[in-house]
Amino acid sequence: MPLLDIKNLTVSFDTSTGPFMAVKGIDLSIEPREVLAIVGESGSGKSVSMLAVMGLLPASATVKADRMAFDGIDLLGLDPAHRRKIVGKEISMIFQEPVASLNPCFTVGFQIEEVLRFHLGLDRAKRRARAIELLSLVGIAEPEERLGSYPHQMSGGQCQRVMIAIAIACNPKLLIADEPTTALDVTIQKQILDLLVSLQAEYGMGLIMITHNMGVVAETADRVIVQYQGSKMEEAEVLALFENPKSNYTRALLSALPDNATGDRLPTVSDMLFEPAPGA
Amino acid sequence: MSAVVEGKNIKRDYQVSGGLFRPARTVHAVKGVSFRVEQGKTLAIVGESGCGKSTLARIITLIDPATAGELYIDGQKIDIAKDGTSKEMRRKMQIVFQNPYGSLNPRQKIGDILGEPLLINTDKPAEERRDLAHAMLKKVGLGSEHFNRYPHMFSGGQRQRIAIARALMLNPRLLVLDEPVSALDLSVQAQVLNLLADLQDEFELTYVFISHDLSVVRYIADEVMVMYFGEAVEYGSRDAVFSDPQHSYTRTLFAATPRADVASIKARLAKKQAA
Repeated sequence: MPLLDIKNLTVSFDTSTGPFMAVKGIDLSIEPREVLAIVGESGSGKSVSMLAVMGLLPASATVKADRMAFDGIDLLGLDPAHRRKIVGKEISMIFQEPVASLNPCFTVGFQIEEVLRFHLGLDRAKRRARAIELLSLVGIAEPEERLGSYPHQMSGGQCQRVMIAIAIACNPKLLIADEPTTALDVTIQKQILDLLVSLQAEYGMGLIMITHNMGVVAETADRVIVQYQGSKMEEAEVLALFENPKSNYTRALLSALPDNATGDRLPTVSDMLFEPAPGA
Repeated sequence: MSAVVEGKNIKRDYQVSGGLFRPARTVHAVKGVSFRVEQGKTLAIVGESGCGKSTLARIITLIDPATAGELYIDGQKIDIAKDGTSKEMRRKMQIVFQNPYGSLNPRQKIGDILGEPLLINTDKPAEERRDLAHAMLKKVGLGSEHFNRYPHMFSGGQRQRIAIARALMLNPRLLVLDEPVSALDLSVQAQVLNLLADLQDEFELTYVFISHDLSVVRYIADEVMVMYFGEAVEYGSRDAVFSDPQHSYTRTLFAATPRADVASIKARLAKKQAA
């Protein structure tokens, strides 16, 4: 049974000029222990569809789907109280800006222990022990001292590690990483990606990587979904996607990589997009 | 060939005040960097956050003075700590910042944003300023209809074009590009890089291109400088640096850059199978 199973998901936002469709009928499923990458540029609906799963969209959004189930539980009909029991425990998410997603007013220790208290009801001593364990798991040196640090006292890479620690605190079945390394340097990016992939393998999580970086896809994913303007352009195994991209859009994205530049000019997506895709 | 900008052993220290009980400290942000960029060429500066590359950019664009060392622009020695800057010097050096959302005034129309450098640095009449702004909008791939719009009405890539247009209004000799494409999507990044290449050909511009994305650097640079903790640990032609990196930090950088080719995916999948 797939871990997350979404059929025909649409998300629209009410705007002053009428409804705007951010996601136009997307099917998505991820198996346990799988790494799925969702690739697309800004406005492709890749984050919005995952926020819909988490129930984090604002009230102006309308979420519709034929089916949206996590581990056999229907997420569509779920009332907020039950959803809060799942979100953060069974499914958790890390965001792009690590420094902005932590609360600046509380120590990182408090913020990790908050999850453990709410979802697992651990007592104070156990919470502290588990928080120290989590911090050392995500590779933060001197975890005991670091529990008392505030987010502004840590670097961006360290904040992202803390975010990962919070996300995996309750051993989730599914981890959604929304552009987890975009705000970080390449060397730190490498460390964070390695950390995510090793945690995924160790704990048997499903991992959804939302990214616009083809390099990140190539380094982490098993399977890839390419999205453009709210629609799915292509879904393929990672090797097949890079070896033999089927849709024009994927081909355009791959050729816009500076690595693949031949000659003086980079082909841009708009050069290639307006030929009809085969089978589209 | 003449060097547009040349730095010899440039250093920059910052004083950090310590507070009541701690003594003040000196941070050595740039520790003696030398470089030379010829007209029409691109020097890329690569390094992680905190390595001093943006400090160096501020020194080259005459925003901050260097603590020690010599800076030559068009062969002329410049010391802004002693002599200050002149309009003519500022005209020659322009900068484009990383975040096009933050570097444009949200209350100014695009036409005013583009006219402002002329208003401050020249005594051209309003009509001429407007004509020049219209012409520049076309050069960067936007149209006259964008003249009276506000920055929030544009996408990230369009805003970066506006920031580039503003930097070019005074016909600079040198453009410092501080991570100009790292906030942009891949497809938009390609368009902006193409635009920069076209403008370089047209105006014989010299670029100092600051980035931490090695694939972009390999595409755009003629020469590459790798900085690490304020020092230039590697400096050479693009081909030399990429084919034969000398310093261990450069090799670390190369190893950390995600590779999007079929061979490395195959290698990764094979490793995963074996594990």
